Amino acid sequence: MNLRARPFIPCALATLLGCIAFTSAQADEVQVAVAANFTAPIQAIASDFEKDTGHKLIAAYGATGQFYTQIKNGAPFEVFLAADDSTPEKLEKEGDIVPGSRFTYAIGTLALWSAKDGYIDGTDKALLANQFKHLSIANPKAAPYGLAATQVLAKLELTDKVKNKIVEGQNITQAYQFVSTGNAELGFVALSQIYKDGKVSDGSAWIVPEAMHDPIRQDAVILKKGEHNPAAKALADYLKGPKATAIIKSYGYHL
Amino acid sequence: MPLTSADFAAIWLTLQLASLTTVILLIIGTPIALWLAHTRSRLRGPIGAIVALPLVLPPTVIGFYLLLAMGPHGYVGQFTQYLGLGTLTFSFAGLVIGSVIYSMPFVVQPLQNAFAAIGPRPLEVAATLRANPWDTFFTVVLPLARPGFITAAILGFAHTVGEFGVVLMIGGNIPDKTRVVSVQIYDHVEALEYAQAHWLAGAMVVFSFLVLLALYSSRKSHTSWS
Repeated sequence: MNLRARPFIPCALATLLGCIAFTSAQADEVQVAVAANFTAPIQAIASDFEKDTGHKLIAAYGATGQFYTQIKNGAPFEVFLAADDSTPEKLEKEGDIVPGSRFTYAIGTLALWSAKDGYIDGTDKALLANQFKHLSIANPKAAPYGLAATQVLAKLELTDKVKNKIVEGQNITQAYQFVSTGNAELGFVALSQIYKDGKVSDGSAWIVPEAMHDPIRQDAVILKKGEHNPAAKALADYLKGPKATAIIKSYGYHL
Repeated sequence: MPLTSADFAAIWLTLQLASLTTVILLIIGTPIALWLAHTRSRLRGPIGAIVALPLVLPPTVIGFYLLLAMGPHGYVGQFTQYLGLGTLTFSFAGLVIGSVIYSMPFVVQPLQNAFAAIGPRPLEVAATLRANPWDTFFTVVLPLARPGFITAAILGFAHTVGEFGVVLMIGGNIPDKTRVVSVQIYDHVEALEYAQAHWLAGAMVVFSFLVLLALYSSRKSHTSWS
């Protein structure tokens, strides 16, 4: 290393630290862990939320089980939008959330989807016909939509028949990816991934009747890290408000 | 019993994948390494760079392109469908192809260094004694490059055992076909089965340490392999 360059390093470090201190001093940011199936709606909600409240929303997308592990190990999330109700409940029991902050922000809808037009005729016919090579689902051990998919298969008495055709995505995004790239002819995804403004926007689908699986109740909580952040509270309130609710419903969720 | 039958199935599958990948890589990696070590072609740079790409590319990039390429609309997928093989995603064969690409530099580079260290002289001497190229390879190059082959095989095997991202993206998590140990550990953590995860993860740490210990203890005269 060139010796004359050395004095620059402490200077550069000081500048860098200054930048970090500056950004974290902006108190009205909220760090949100978002279940993968809620990616599209939260992006739509975020722009309205930022416009209406002046707060800034920083989202991370992923699997609920993975977020649980990260939160237990000190992840900096302040609000958690889970894909189920059991994980937030667990965090509540373990004292990791602001007491009383848990609420259901959406009830998910499961859909059987194919990227091919007309492959699915709006019913379970293509599934029962069993002419496909691969059926994509989310990992049922970690993802509620995957668990719901296995319940639907059991109800249709298909569990054993399709056993060797099932491919698992680690979360609902990967389950969607396998279908959208054509590697699996069809798969169970979240309706929110393929639904916009009241209709399926791409390919063909069967919207699975709610009675065929346990409700996919998606709960939100304010985590301990967000206890003193007004933006966290504001986001929780905003999600319950009419504007966000309308957006959430437009993606095919119930409330 | 700390490990379940599903864990053992994943371990067995991983060992099969790593062994097959290593054998294939030694077979196709040897001519590539020989060429890279001795050629004066202008293509030496570009080919060397392509072989080394998996060292720097995130596995997700390789996995993503493999998912597209091997899918029904990709070039590879259309070719395999034309041959009547169907598509290679979600299959053991697909994982082998992915692993061969991903572990390529870990086999080719030690071999290339070993061949380069031999230099042209022994080959010239062999030629003056009228050995044909095959004779030269089997009686001169192979014995002299033995440490390089051992290093290449160990690194290729160990690196394939440690592979995760590519398998995750093209595997589909199918028991006995694509659910390898690294994915099984990820599954356990996702499902909050920490005790199960510990057993497998701990075994991986011990295994990896032993492999590297064997590697470092065995090399006396060589200082580096990359």
